[in-house]
Amino acid sequence: MSLWEFANPVKFMALSGKVLPWVIGLAALTLIPGLIWGFFFTPEATNFGNSVKIIYIHVPSAMMAINIWVMMLVTSLIWIVRRHHVSVRAAKAAALIGVTMTVIALITGAIWGEPMWGTYWAWDPRLTSFLILFLFYLGYMALWAAIENPDTAADLTSVLCIVGSVFALLSRYAVNFWNQGLHQGASLSMDREEHVANVYYLPLLLCIAGFILLFVALVLIRTRTELRLVRLHRLEIRERMKDA
Amino acid sequence: MIALLVRDMRLAMRAGGGFGLGLAFFLIVSTLVPFGVGPEAAILSRIAPGILWVGALLACLLSLDRIFQLDFEDGSLDLLATAPIPMEGTVAIKALAHWLVTGLPLTLAAPAFGALMNLQSPGHYWIFITLLIGTPALSMIGAFGAALTVGLKRGGLLLSLLVLPLYIPTLIFGAEAATRGTAGLSALTPLLMMAGITAGSIALLPFAAAAALRVNLR
Repeated sequence: MSLWEFANPVKFMALSGKVLPWVIGLAALTLIPGLIWGFFFTPEATNFGNSVKIIYIHVPSAMMAINIWVMMLVTSLIWIVRRHHVSVRAAKAAALIGVTMTVIALITGAIWGEPMWGTYWAWDPRLTSFLILFLFYLGYMALWAAIENPDTAADLTSVLCIVGSVFALLSRYAVNFWNQGLHQGASLSMDREEHVANVYYLPLLLCIAGFILLFVALVLIRTRTELRLVRLHRLEIRERMKDA
Repeated sequence: MIALLVRDMRLAMRAGGGFGLGLAFFLIVSTLVPFGVGPEAAILSRIAPGILWVGALLACLLSLDRIFQLDFEDGSLDLLATAPIPMEGTVAIKALAHWLVTGLPLTLAAPAFGALMNLQSPGHYWIFITLLIGTPALSMIGAFGAALTVGLKRGGLLLSLLVLPLYIPTLIFGAEAATRGTAGLSALTPLLMMAGITAGSIALLPFAAAAALRVNLR
C-alpha cells in the first residue's frame, strides 16, 4: 500500500468520495466558529479600531494564495516525473481556488488599506507581488483553457508552472528591491514568540485551519469533477470511433 | 547550427515582418508617450529610461509568435526535430536569431529615440548598456512562450498573457539600472541582477522550451 496507488483515478474517486463529507464538516466546524469568534468576540485594537477584524479573512486567504501555487508546483512536478493523472488534475483544480484566494486577499487588503494607509493601492512590495502572482495564475489558467487535448494541456501547463515559479520568485525579490513599502512584516512566523496579541492570535489560527480545510474540500470536489470530465472526453472519443 | 541561424535571419529580413516592424513600433511608442504625458522636458527626462524599456519590451513581444509559428505550419519544425542538432540547440539558435533581428536593432536605436524624450547625457550610454544585456533574456523568455503556444490557432494574445509576467523581473532590474545610471547613481547591483537573469535564462530556458516544443509536435 503506497501513496502512489491513489494515482489510479478509480481508487482516488472511491477514497475522496468517502473523505469529502468529513472534510467539509471539519471545514465548517473550524471556519464558522473562527470567523464568529474573530468578528464578534475580540476587542477593537488600538490604532486599528474595528478594521482589524478583516485580518481573519485577509491573512488566511493571502497564505492560501501562495501555498496553493506551491501545491500546484509540486503536483506539476509529480505529473512530469511520474505522469499521475490525478496529480495534474488537482493542479488544474487548485488554480481557480488559488486565483480566488489571491483576489480575496487583494480586495480585503484594499478595503483594509483605505482606513489605515489612506489609499486602496500602493506599489508596496507585498501588494505588487500579489498582483504579479495573480497574473501568473491568469496565464496558467488561460493556457489550460486554450488547449483542447487534455494530455498536451497537462504537459504544457506543468512546464509553465515550473518556469513560472522561478520567475514569480524572482519577481518577488525584484519588487522588494524596486520599492520599499508600507506593509507591516509577516503577521505570523515560526521564529518569534508573539506576533499579534493573543486575543487575535487564537481565532486567527482557527480561521487559517478553516481556510486550509475549505481548500482541501474544494480541491477534492473540483478534482473529482476534472477526472469525470477527462473520462467523459475519453468516452466521447470512443463513441465517435465506433460510429466511424 | 550556423546554417540555421543564417536561414532564420534571412527569412526574418525578407519577410519584412519582425525586423522593421519592431523598430517602427518602438518609434511610435516613443512618439506617443510625450503626447500622453505632456511636453515638459523635466518630466520626460525623468521617465525616459523607463518608457524606453517598456517600449523595447513591447516591441520585442510583437514578433515573438514568428519564432516557431511559420516553421510549425510548413513542417520545417518537424524536420528540425529529427535533425542531428538537439532540440535545445534549435531553440537557442532561434532565440539568438530573434535577438539579432529585434533586440539588437532596438538596442542600437534606443539612445537615438531617447532624444525624443529629452534623455540626459549619461542616459544614452546606460540605456544602451542595459538593453544590450537585457534584451537577450527577453528573446529567450519569449522563445519559451512561443514554444508553449505554437500549436494554437490564435496564440498571439495568449502568448502576451504568458510572457509579460515572465518579463517583470528583467524589466524591473533593467529599468532600475537605466534610471539609476541616468541619475548618476551607482547602477551596479540591478545591472548584475539583470545580467544574472539573462545568463540563467540562456542556460536553462532552452530545455524548458524544447520540452514544450516536443509536446506540441507529438
